[in-house]
Amino acid sequence: MADFQITDSIDITDAVCPVTFVRAKVALEELEVGDILSIRLNDGEPVQNVPRSIKEEGHKVLRLTDNGDGTYELIVRKEAE
Amino acid sequence: MISVRRSSSQERRIDMATDYAALKKGGFMRQKQKNCFSLRLRVVGGNVTAGQLAKIAEVADEFGDGHVHLTSRQSIEIPFIKLDQIEEVKAALGEGGVEPGVCGPRVRTVTACQGSAICPSGCIDTYSLAKELDDRYFARELPHKFKFGITGCQNNCLKSEENDLGIKGGIRVSWRESDCIGCGVCEKACRTGAITITDGKVSVTADKCNFCGRCVKSCPTDAWDQENGYIVSFGGLFGNHIAKGEPVIPFIADHDTLMRVCDAAIQFFDDNALPGERFKFTIDRVGRESFKNTIMEAYNNG
Repeated sequence: MADFQITDSIDITDAVCPVTFVRAKVALEELEVGDILSIRLNDGEPVQNVPRSIKEEGHKVLRLTDNGDGTYELIVRKEAE
Repeated sequence: MISVRRSSSQERRIDMATDYAALKKGGFMRQKQKNCFSLRLRVVGGNVTAGQLAKIAEVADEFGDGHVHLTSRQSIEIPFIKLDQIEEVKAALGEGGVEPGVCGPRVRTVTACQGSAICPSGCIDTYSLAKELDDRYFARELPHKFKFGITGCQNNCLKSEENDLGIKGGIRVSWRESDCIGCGVCEKACRTGAITITDGKVSVTADKCNFCGRCVKSCPTDAWDQENGYIVSFGGLFGNHIAKGEPVIPFIADHDTLMRVCDAAIQFFDDNALPGERFKFTIDRVGRESFKNTIMEAYNNG
């Protein structure tokens, strides 16, 4: 699997929906188009909702990997509005 | 002037008082209170415009006692309408694009959740479908009441199986490997254990899939081909007797087949039901196999 040049990382494992997505959205807003954000998020509701919501905002989900400890790493590329 | 009005309304009272069935057919439900009727309005799929609401409020104030009742099946009733003002009330409502509903042995209000037009979970456009079924069948005379209910997805907010004919939106899926990033979210999102992932390949066990579409909706890369369609149940009722509508046909993937199936079901009821007999009991009496054959024929003959 290709490695990505991560621009910024956030950890939203201490948040619950919908704050999870809001935190990811805010982090993406601070980036430039083409930048890559790494997001650590929890299994369960966050992993079923946050990647989808980011896709629906028009960004590109590049990778989602199971860390094996109840968390996931989501890699997202910011796209133009 | 006043005395003339009074006498004509008394005449009207004599004409109409004997025919409660006709009033009921026109949506006027007799109340306990003498000469008072609760007027049921025609609502489709639970949607009412702000303009209609304003007119309803005005009529409730002017002709009723200033309140309305929200019925269990998404209609609105205006109670305390006086018998001799029925025509005036209908005319006033008509100005605001509001029509009376129906009660009695005929096709009733077609109910619906918000569906895919509004709700992120919706798999079908429930309102458009409710409108179409309402145009096609509303108030059709039958041996007994007949209720349609449409819900957009497996969450079943609209309780489709409570209805004589219930429609539930669903999604039939097939995995598209080229767009899959192998994240495994679909397997976690699936509540029926229909999805398994082996060596990066996703497979769906058809007889476990309930068409909920959670795999599609949770997928971060849209790696699914989807067919949105309908799961139909027949013979539900939730009054004196309680029974869950049962599916007798597979997933319906297209609108025309759905319409043929609805036509066949309602015709079966019209042809076979005894007066005052609900759909479930007609199916039970005539025989589930016979009913299933009728519906399967409509399902297959496109």
